[in-house]
Amino acid sequence: MSLKSILTGAVAALGLTTGAYAADVKVGFVYVGPVGDGGWTYEHNKGRLAVEEHFGDKVETIFQESVPEGADSERVMTQMALQGADLIFTTSFGYMDPTINVAAKFPNVKFEHATGYKRSDNVSTYSARFYEGRAIQGHIAGKMTKTNKIGYIGSFPIPEVIRGINSAYIHAKKANPNVEFSIIWAYTWFDPAKEADAAKALIEQGADVILQHTDSTAPQAAAEKAGNVVTFGQASDMAEYGPFPRVSSIIDNWAPYYIARTQAVLDGTWTSIDTWDGIGAGMVGIGEISSAVPADVKAEAEALRDALASGEYHAFTGPINKQDGSVWLAEGETADDGTLAGMNFYVEGLTGDIPQ
Amino acid sequence: MMLGKPPLEAIRIIFWDPLFDPNFAAYSRPQLLVKAAPLILIAIGLSLGFRAGIWNIGAEGQYIMGAICGAGMGLAFYPTQSVFIFPLMIAAGALGGWLWAMIPAVLRTRFNTNEILVSLMLVYVAESILASVSQGLLKNPEGYGFPGSRNLQQYSSAANTEIFVGTGMHWGVVAAFVSVIFAYVLLTRHIRGFHIRLTGEAPRAAKFAGVVPTRVIVFCLGISGMLAGLAGMFEVSGPAGQITIDFNSGYGFTAIIVAFLGRLHPIGILLAGLLMALTYIGGELAQLMLGLPGASIQLFQGMLLFFLLATDVFTHYRIRFGEGK
Repeated sequence: MSLKSILTGAVAALGLTTGAYAADVKVGFVYVGPVGDGGWTYEHNKGRLAVEEHFGDKVETIFQESVPEGADSERVMTQMALQGADLIFTTSFGYMDPTINVAAKFPNVKFEHATGYKRSDNVSTYSARFYEGRAIQGHIAGKMTKTNKIGYIGSFPIPEVIRGINSAYIHAKKANPNVEFSIIWAYTWFDPAKEADAAKALIEQGADVILQHTDSTAPQAAAEKAGNVVTFGQASDMAEYGPFPRVSSIIDNWAPYYIARTQAVLDGTWTSIDTWDGIGAGMVGIGEISSAVPADVKAEAEALRDALASGEYHAFTGPINKQDGSVWLAEGETADDGTLAGMNFYVEGLTGDIPQ
Repeated sequence: MMLGKPPLEAIRIIFWDPLFDPNFAAYSRPQLLVKAAPLILIAIGLSLGFRAGIWNIGAEGQYIMGAICGAGMGLAFYPTQSVFIFPLMIAAGALGGWLWAMIPAVLRTRFNTNEILVSLMLVYVAESILASVSQGLLKNPEGYGFPGSRNLQQYSSAANTEIFVGTGMHWGVVAAFVSVIFAYVLLTRHIRGFHIRLTGEAPRAAKFAGVVPTRVIVFCLGISGMLAGLAGMFEVSGPAGQITIDFNSGYGFTAIIVAFLGRLHPIGILLAGLLMALTYIGGELAQLMLGLPGASIQLFQGMLLFFLLATDVFTHYRIRFGEGK
């Protein structure tokens, strides 16, 4: 290290950097993974950068990455609030109780918790209808599989993930009545080694399409190595694995929501709300369907996407039975949000049990 | 520095601000105790074994099992209120950790298996059990099907609350301090402590002195498992509040660093635990205020241990260049 950089560092430490500008609003983000995970946290961080770009000097953002769920996250949120954050986005399900606890201690700070169900006067919740994207994946998967075996890497058996499995299965089955799903639970949101193992195990069992509800690109890499296995990008486009094995993707697009909520704080119009947006509102994006997908399948998938976006078609439209054969939705009936939010059952045709 | 951040300021934020910054200190100082308590508790237990040459690497698993047993005991009584519930949970937590440590102990003494491997592998077993109970046995029936137990903070008989509000002094912190004193007395004043040290430093002499290796193994693993179990129980009933799928956040592994950083000495471990907690809390502040990446803090913690061990090597061995005589 040169003398110059020592001096620069010392001078900076002596106070040149303390001339922090006064932003109108400080927005904090708590991330469960590293910002470079290429998936879930990466997209939330893109939303944060979009906020910075949109508001310029009016808004300052701070973030903390790889924050474990539980007691540690509570401390991180408290420190953010102490540091003067006006609005804090906590971006993982496991931050739910800590968010509520910290919010009670800082009634003037606004909190936004992703994918949870507990709200209070200064805690909003927001989530995306990823199951709409799963419907499109399911359709393409059903058409593309040759072995009729589709592998699915689940993270945790929570309603969010189970919804995705059900939606993908229903639409894969419609496209190809012979499909079978094998599901592996990785019990992690982000662990490249575990995800790669799960993908390899599924491929060895004969799956030639892999769907993933975990955030790393490791399953894509495993599929690329196997050569003839189709994958879909998760949370982020993962376009670097296109046009094959990655044939399409579900992209989380948080930027519009983050900008709108920051604006609401600036305007003083922020209230506690529950947001659950899908393809129509732009919160769920469908990554480009690649040239590896036959043109007719691509056209069908796009038609499905447009129907979901316009609200003309609901991804859970009856007749649908539960796994045990009992009737869930009658002909033409669509699922209500309450049931979807707490979904804890498989639909008919899926094998295996949800881990208890 | 290489990240283009002012180094002195980073050092100040990590080591000074959590203790003395007017904005944060009032919150950070109690948090220091909260974060250090489980580390100290586990590290004290581990240090006894390490001194005797018994390598319990699986404190993380014992920590998880202690938490599950402790929380399970508390939840079994829900919603009854009674002063006996919390003591019963403490006993259950200690027992859970102890039993989990007894598996490698028995395998080692009966079948001479390697306790390093067995205890480490049992961490993964414990993690699977944790995942299973948080979605089944201990799942909150009012949780809309989401995994995770009831929140013990909201169940007053089972909650590990602060003894003096605002100080961070919960029962786990008390237990940590007690364990330090206990270990100090054991190692300096008690025959069993002498046996432990002897086994580690001069195994042959220990045999001549009539030390039964089996007993030392069972005792050391038992104590370390028990303390790790207690740490898990205090954590789940206090700061964490509930059993969730990924409740464990690596305390069992970090405690290994703490034990060595404290030179396996009880007082040293106490200080090392507090120092480690300081780097966590200060590290978070540095991330917030300077935008340092999270990994750089872990790097920093790793370097701390690395250089300490390197210093050890240089104190014990002399480097000679050229051919030795």
